[in-house]
Amino acid sequence: MKNEPFGNQRGEVIPRATLRTDAWWIEPALVILLLGSFVVYATWVALQNAHYYAAPYLSPFYSPCLATSCQHVTWPLFGSWWNLSPAFLILWVPGGFRATCYYYRKAYYRSFLGSPPGCAVRDVAKSYTGETRFPFLLQNIHRYFFWLSLVILAFLWWDAVLAFRFKSGFGMGVGTLVLLVNAALLTLYSLSCHSCRHLCGGHLDAFHTRPAKYSLWRTMSRLNERHMLFAWISLIWVGLTDVYVRLLSMGIIRDLRFF
Amino acid sequence: MAADVKYQTHEYDVLVIGAGGAGLRAAIEASAQGARTALVCKSLLGKAHTVMAEGGMAAAMGNVWKEDNWQVHFRDTMRGGKMLNNWRMAQLHAQESPDRVLELEEWGALFDRTKAGLISQRDFGGHRYARLAHIGDRTGLELIRTLQQHAVHKGLEVHMECNIQRLVKDGNRVSGAVGYFRPTGQLVVFKTKAVVLATGGIGKSWKFTSNSWECTGDGIRLALDAGAELIDMECHQFHPTGMVWPPSVRGILVTEGVRGDGGTLTNSEGKRFMFNYIPDFFKAETADNEKEADAWYEDKKNRRTPDLLPRDEVARAINSEVKAGRGTPHGGVYLDIASRRPADYIRKRLPSMYHQFKELADVDITKEPMEVGPTCHYMNGGIRVDADSTATCVPGLFAAGEVAGGLHGANRLGGNSLSDLVVFGRRAGLYAAQYVKSLSGKLTVDAGQVEAGVQGILRPVQGKGNENPYAVHADLQECMQSLVGIIRTEGELKKALEEIAVFKQRLGRVTVEGGRAFNPAWHLTLDLLAMLAVSEAVTRAALERKESRGGHTRDDYPKADPKWGKVNVVLRRKNDEISVSPEPLLEMPDDLKKLVEEKQ
Amino acid sequence: MAASEVTMRVWRGDAKGGAFTEYRVQSQEGMVVLDVIHAIQATQAGDLAVRWNCKAGKCGSCSAEINGKPRLLCMTRMNTFTPGETITVAPMKTFPLIRDLATDVSFNYEKAKTIPAFRPGPKEPDGTRRMFQEDVERGQEFRKCIECFLCQDVCHVIRDHEDNKPAFAGPRFFMRLAELEMHPLDTHDRKELARVKAGLGFCNITKCCTEVCPEHIHITDNAIIPLKERIVTEYYDPVVWLLRKIGVR
Repeated sequence: MKNEPFGNQRGEVIPRATLRTDAWWIEPALVILLLGSFVVYATWVALQNAHYYAAPYLSPFYSPCLATSCQHVTWPLFGSWWNLSPAFLILWVPGGFRATCYYYRKAYYRSFLGSPPGCAVRDVAKSYTGETRFPFLLQNIHRYFFWLSLVILAFLWWDAVLAFRFKSGFGMGVGTLVLLVNAALLTLYSLSCHSCRHLCGGHLDAFHTRPAKYSLWRTMSRLNERHMLFAWISLIWVGLTDVYVRLLSMGIIRDLRFF
Repeated sequence: MAADVKYQTHEYDVLVIGAGGAGLRAAIEASAQGARTALVCKSLLGKAHTVMAEGGMAAAMGNVWKEDNWQVHFRDTMRGGKMLNNWRMAQLHAQESPDRVLELEEWGALFDRTKAGLISQRDFGGHRYARLAHIGDRTGLELIRTLQQHAVHKGLEVHMECNIQRLVKDGNRVSGAVGYFRPTGQLVVFKTKAVVLATGGIGKSWKFTSNSWECTGDGIRLALDAGAELIDMECHQFHPTGMVWPPSVRGILVTEGVRGDGGTLTNSEGKRFMFNYIPDFFKAETADNEKEADAWYEDKKNRRTPDLLPRDEVARAINSEVKAGRGTPHGGVYLDIASRRPADYIRKRLPSMYHQFKELADVDITKEPMEVGPTCHYMNGGIRVDADSTATCVPGLFAAGEVAGGLHGANRLGGNSLSDLVVFGRRAGLYAAQYVKSLSGKLTVDAGQVEAGVQGILRPVQGKGNENPYAVHADLQECMQSLVGIIRTEGELKKALEEIAVFKQRLGRVTVEGGRAFNPAWHLTLDLLAMLAVSEAVTRAALERKESRGGHTRDDYPKADPKWGKVNVVLRRKNDEISVSPEPLLEMPDDLKKLVEEKQ
Repeated sequence: MAASEVTMRVWRGDAKGGAFTEYRVQSQEGMVVLDVIHAIQATQAGDLAVRWNCKAGKCGSCSAEINGKPRLLCMTRMNTFTPGETITVAPMKTFPLIRDLATDVSFNYEKAKTIPAFRPGPKEPDGTRRMFQEDVERGQEFRKCIECFLCQDVCHVIRDHEDNKPAFAGPRFFMRLAELEMHPLDTHDRKELARVKAGLGFCNITKCCTEVCPEHIHITDNAIIPLKERIVTEYYDPVVWLLRKIGVR
């Protein structure tokens, strides 16, 4: 009486990749454009090893700057033997955080791997094992990247504080504002992370006995609803921050001082 | 299976027909009692009409008002039913429903909670205290999913998308059932010692109805054919608040919970008209001014708002307002909660109502009032059963849930149906299993009866004629809506009977094309057999009761008549004809009488 | 009442084969796609197979793919389409076809059987069960599920990779697992089940299940990801692993 429950007979009947008539491909195309450009830019910036400091502003791509060879040393952990760009010492943290982020995973699985390119659009690859095997099994260490990016965040806030300290004394320029917004957006992105939400209280089965954790979890849950938004604006802003510092240090533009 | 086998056969102790709340609960119980049990349902498992129940299930648990107890619940049920109820059913129902609610919790239902962590309870029409255990406004879904998951976990056998068309008897006892599987058209014969009918309602015979396609009254037809009796069929319930716009959603239910949570009914003049429709019977316990009505929500020392009078009263009031020209542009009245409660509260308490109006009518109920009007909703009557055992007068045939009559009398209180399902569903399963155990001798499935059942099923695919079943259905709905609707007269009822006779002839001329595999035209043709039986039963009963009571309103006999208050209208099939006779109610014991008569 | 003629392309056929058939029908104001399908049934194709029950988005029977998107026929209003647009209605792709728009969804009922039931601990001393609103709310969101199986249909893990069906339970049942896993009174640990038998690792959180859910349940964010996180703690957290090795719990 029944068909084989694990079988599929329509696949052959309608052999098209999708019956969708809307422009489903716009979303993955935009992601490829934006995310792709950012990765290319970030790699170029990291390889450049120049124009990342324009006193008192330090580009977030080089913060914290951990080598003695830095234009602005945050903490000289690595001696002169480190002759690569100091960006490589730290960029793996935000890079890893974003690469294993639950939102970005969706974005690049869909757009770069076509798995699936859109909802109800056929997968590009013939076979699929998801995140059950290496390398995608590594996505599970996301929460450690979260902890590490909190450390980086602390430095970025410190950079924002230092951005008030000019040679002439206490002051504030457009760059100060840029760094402050950068730290704030990255904080929102980090705290809205799904792992953070789990660690803040999502792991509990009963909230009633843990009111503090419950209200923390509720706050994180509200932030979490906008995780994708924070992911994109913090990404774009961090890029623009670097561009700003770079242009200043190259002398192409001048920083506007408020006071 | 081999193609040359004409039908599949299965053998069980108890066959439960219908997988809504009552059917699932009956099957779980029968199976727990050790009977080999199977559940047969017309749709997929978990899609039964129970999912549409919104507001909650009534149970005097006293979690919110500790003054509440089964006696008050019993009294409310009897008074709401205009005393036509089977008192013993009302008593059992009031006594056992708290246990059934707690049992659901034990099986994983996530009811809304009180501050103290107990099951929360909400106000509903006709209930003295906030009594309805609920989950937002999707309580029915929770009930069916909980029972479904429990049944699956217990390994219950389920035959989905299977339609039973005939019961088979050995002498006067039930011995089997004949049906077919809808996806394939495969015929099937069940050999069984007992049958529990839990087939639900009959609303699909009306045009504006809150009921799904399944509510065709199959159980009513099966019971009549098998020799069982029906009672109170004339007291069909029209729910006061169904959607009226747009036309394609007309009739879809708007939960009474809207009023329970503070919504009020207003007419086109902006007046809360329910204050003008308080009947003497409820005067003592109903607020006669807006101030007291509004205070009642917070403090039950006040008298209750007339917006929450029993459903028959509210439905008639809305009908009168619209007739008097004070209706909305689309022929309803306004149900307003937007101006009375904060948007967040509304979204939280009534999420599916919010969703339903937003998606189907483009109306934001947190900002605008809803347009509502009466819609065909619930069969108060049904198969006559013994209160304790749910047994019909046919040995081996049991009935529970909406298809069974008696508990609700002339009018059902909101929230009493979900508790009805589990209280009497459990009893049906229990007593069916006991009946099977006590049975001696062998039952045979008579080949002649099976053959007759098979012929009945196959007739529409083999017949010659040019009638379209969809047209017959549409005409039947039109007829029942206009002639056997909320207000009735003798002339119209007689006309309806004539039309029904014509529909029967037309149905005989239906031929369906397209074979037996998942063919909706064929399914509808067979469902129409039940719908016609139901329509005739309701019309004949309505013609018999020459008074107005509960869900039954006669324009030619507008008052309740004490003489008719002492009898049930009972229907039986005799030589292919449905016969009607008024029969006295069960005598209520004095202590219960006192409870009902007590002034509060 | 505003009525207009619409062109519908409806899949007609069974497992052996079939084709899209065009129907021209009148659409009235406020109609949904299911109304139009019913109009086709009543006037042009009485045997057009389609499942439906409540027609109010509460039972989840009328799942299909409209213009390629998995949706409920009863909750898709005709006025959401551009006038004159041909509307394509096809059966769900992931499940075997029975006939026309009806598919055999028994895959889902088989998967439902693999999930162990709720198992509460002992009652409170006063014989009650105490749970608080904040504790049941997470589970209540998942219990809004109407089992339309659109999430199962759209999930590419089984939609495009037949061979994964035995090892993958699908979003609907991840939600069920999450509900029980987060239940304040449940005593059964289902993390091993979720990881191994239900194949949670197959999910690459591309969120199509959430996109198509007619009940707007946040399947990915509130069920799947929290479940993944709990599994990380149990199986993939090196620090937890190390602590357990040296006997710290």
